Amino acid sequence: MQGEELDLSAIVKDVQMRKSISIRKFWDVLFSFVALSFLILGLAILLLLIFQLFVDGRGLLFSWSFYTSFPAPNAAEAGILSAFVGSLFVICVTVLFAIPIGVAAGVYLEEYAKSSSSPAVRILTDFIEINITNLAGVPSIVYGLLGLEIFKETFKLGNSVLTAGMTLGILVLPVIVVTTREALKSVPSTLKEGSIAIGASKWQTIWDLILPASIGSILTGVIVSVSRAIGETAPLITVGALTFIAFLPPLPFSDRFAPDPQTGELVRAGQYGLFDWLFSGYTVMPIQMFDWVGRPNPEFRVNAAAAGVVLVLLTLVLNSAAIFLRIYFRRRIKW
Amino acid sequence: MEVIQDQDTQVKAQVRNFSFFYGKNKAIKDVNLQVLDCKVTSMIGPSGCGKTTLLRCFNRMHDLYPGTHYEGEILLESQNLLALDPIEVRMRIGMVFQKPNPFPKSIFENIAYGLRIRGIKDKNVINERVERALRDAAIWDEVKDRLKDMAFNLSGGQQQRLCIARALATDPEILLFDEPTSALDPIATASIEELVINLKGKVTILIVTHNMQQAVRISDYTAFMYIGELVEFNRTDVIFNNAAQQRTREYVSGQFG
Repeated sequence: MQGEELDLSAIVKDVQMRKSISIRKFWDVLFSFVALSFLILGLAILLLLIFQLFVDGRGLLFSWSFYTSFPAPNAAEAGILSAFVGSLFVICVTVLFAIPIGVAAGVYLEEYAKSSSSPAVRILTDFIEINITNLAGVPSIVYGLLGLEIFKETFKLGNSVLTAGMTLGILVLPVIVVTTREALKSVPSTLKEGSIAIGASKWQTIWDLILPASIGSILTGVIVSVSRAIGETAPLITVGALTFIAFLPPLPFSDRFAPDPQTGELVRAGQYGLFDWLFSGYTVMPIQMFDWVGRPNPEFRVNAAAAGVVLVLLTLVLNSAAIFLRIYFRRRIKW
Repeated sequence: MEVIQDQDTQVKAQVRNFSFFYGKNKAIKDVNLQVLDCKVTSMIGPSGCGKTTLLRCFNRMHDLYPGTHYEGEILLESQNLLALDPIEVRMRIGMVFQKPNPFPKSIFENIAYGLRIRGIKDKNVINERVERALRDAAIWDEVKDRLKDMAFNLSGGQQQRLCIARALATDPEILLFDEPTSALDPIATASIEELVINLKGKVTILIVTHNMQQAVRISDYTAFMYIGELVEFNRTDVIFNNAAQQRTREYVSGQFG
């Protein structure tokens, strides 16, 4: 019996074993180098692309008029003002539309439906859950068709900032619902029980404790999805974004001008209302880029590249804001 | 039914023919138990015997999760609390959990929250109540200069006393403790035990504990549970020195655990 027993301590001390240890360590090092070089390769390609955009667009990037001009037939004079402002307005609508609906849906699914005593509600919840995850992967142009049918045709909202913003809102909804649920899930159940145990209602617990504790993660999800929406082109072309816009959506209470019936001159004809900008025509950054890239005149490539750099920077700013918010809110909370 | 006759005490709560189910699984089986007013009653028993499950029935914590149901009665004075609105029950019966679970708010707001959800807005009342609760929980001197600090910055034992203060602030009729010291070191444990002893006579306390010595040190009455049943209930000294049931004697002498 003694002879059959494996003497592990002798094996470890054996020369052969030491050799095998160094071979295994070599593979460790080798693999980390391979992984690192792929990482560098990936980042390098990305940086190269951005650098290329920067080089191509440098002629216009540093000229102020590029940011303050409307699109024009002449490449050197064409700017991104209407596209930039259009993007901001559309995203505003998207955020205002998608956050309340998405967060409310996430809260309902995670906090109410899951603990419902009715089996029918729970089956419905499972069904919705599977489909929301699928919806997040649906091609964006399908959302464009949906927006076209619902907002433009059914609700007759036209080629407006409102139609575009709500279409993008539907596009980002699944992501917001899913990230909201994940954020709520990460709040420990001991916290919920602590609040319930002193007599708080479910809604008080959610509003006073759970949402504040998960707001950082929810906002991160919102911002990441919004920075995706900023770059969307296909659904907005479907719902009728224009490509050549030489005006800005009217600001609330700004002066409205109309041709005088007698002389035909433009005269002040009252003020715009608070919500008139919602129904204005618009264009957005990626569509403006798409338009410039497609022009036969190669000079417009410079405009497209410069607009691309601005778009990348905009996304970068948004994502940094997401990281900052996450750190800011997490710092105050320890579980 | 186990009946304890004591001249000076009244019955605060009474569990009558009570059963509790997780789905089809009967976790608490036909329990009868009295909780005496302003006394400390501990519930002991091996893991999985249902003591925490029974404790959580008192403030209807199980209502949060689908697929559970109750049978029988738990009378709070003369009302069956299983027939009341769970929120009303929880406003009358406070709870302290196994792991300290302060809210991600300031020390002050942790205590004030229970008052705020009861609709109390008067700042003076809130200030006065918060101070009294922190004093009752023997943590006032440690936190009085940093009431605006986040509660997470306190040590584990302080957090647990904060949670006790949070429960005390709303004048509960019964205070439930679910193994309140199992996540704490011996010094913090001692301070919590001392606190529980000091609360005797002010509030009715029901405490689940894994630690038999703790039950001896702090409780007036002890209930011994085994696989969902209440085996024996009596004064703590009787349970530990002169138990009627064989199984109780075996458990308190450490023959199984």
